[in-house]
Amino acid sequence: MLDIVYFAWVRERIGLPRERVETSAATVLDLVAELRAREPRYEAAFADTSALRVALDQQLAGFDSPLAGVREVAFFPPMTGG
Amino acid sequence: MQVRVQDAGFDFGSELSAFSENRENVGAVVGFLGLVRDDTGNLEALEIEHYPGMCESAIAAMVDQARARWDLADALVIHRHGRLAVGAQIMMVATAARHRVAAFEAAEFLMDYLKSRAPFWKKEVSRDGTAWVAAKDIDEDALSRWQG
Repeated sequence: MLDIVYFAWVRERIGLPRERVETSAATVLDLVAELRAREPRYEAAFADTSALRVALDQQLAGFDSPLAGVREVAFFPPMTGG
Repeated sequence: MQVRVQDAGFDFGSELSAFSENRENVGAVVGFLGLVRDDTGNLEALEIEHYPGMCESAIAAMVDQARARWDLADALVIHRHGRLAVGAQIMMVATAARHRVAAFEAAEFLMDYLKSRAPFWKKEVSRDGTAWVAAKDIDEDALSRWQG
């Protein structure tokens, strides 16, 4: 089981702040492909991954990163702090 | 070193005074205060969303990087989240060092990293509606000067 969390417009587009999914995805990209195939709202949120960032267990990571051992995946737009 | 991510406001003056007290081998303290700015005359507030847990760890990692790079005695970062009206205090950074160059540079470094590497997202609430603030190229450019 994997916890997925969404922030900012990604959260709004998908309509959920977090969910738990059963997946056998090997990498973040595989997970994104699974999510996109689910429903149009996921397709809309993940249409352009260059506009997204991903964190694995709260560490920034690349979309080609493996998911083995990961408990929480977060998807969000580029950060705008400060 | 202290990192605080909070909904509540803070008193910049008292924070800076407390941060500067009881220092022996420190010749310079630099403090930066960020406010909610209204560029258009239409803004009412910013809503700042954050990733609890990752905010603290990402900022702590930035402070560690700053300490590896400059001779810093201490650093303090406070960043707020939630709804902040125009003019409200969003965040502050303070650095303490033996010499001012380290304190100034480390404070700027922390600011540059906070802008685009700490998991906060700003939404503008204006009279015309709401809109997520897009990340700016200029903020990425600011980071590149610390790299390589």
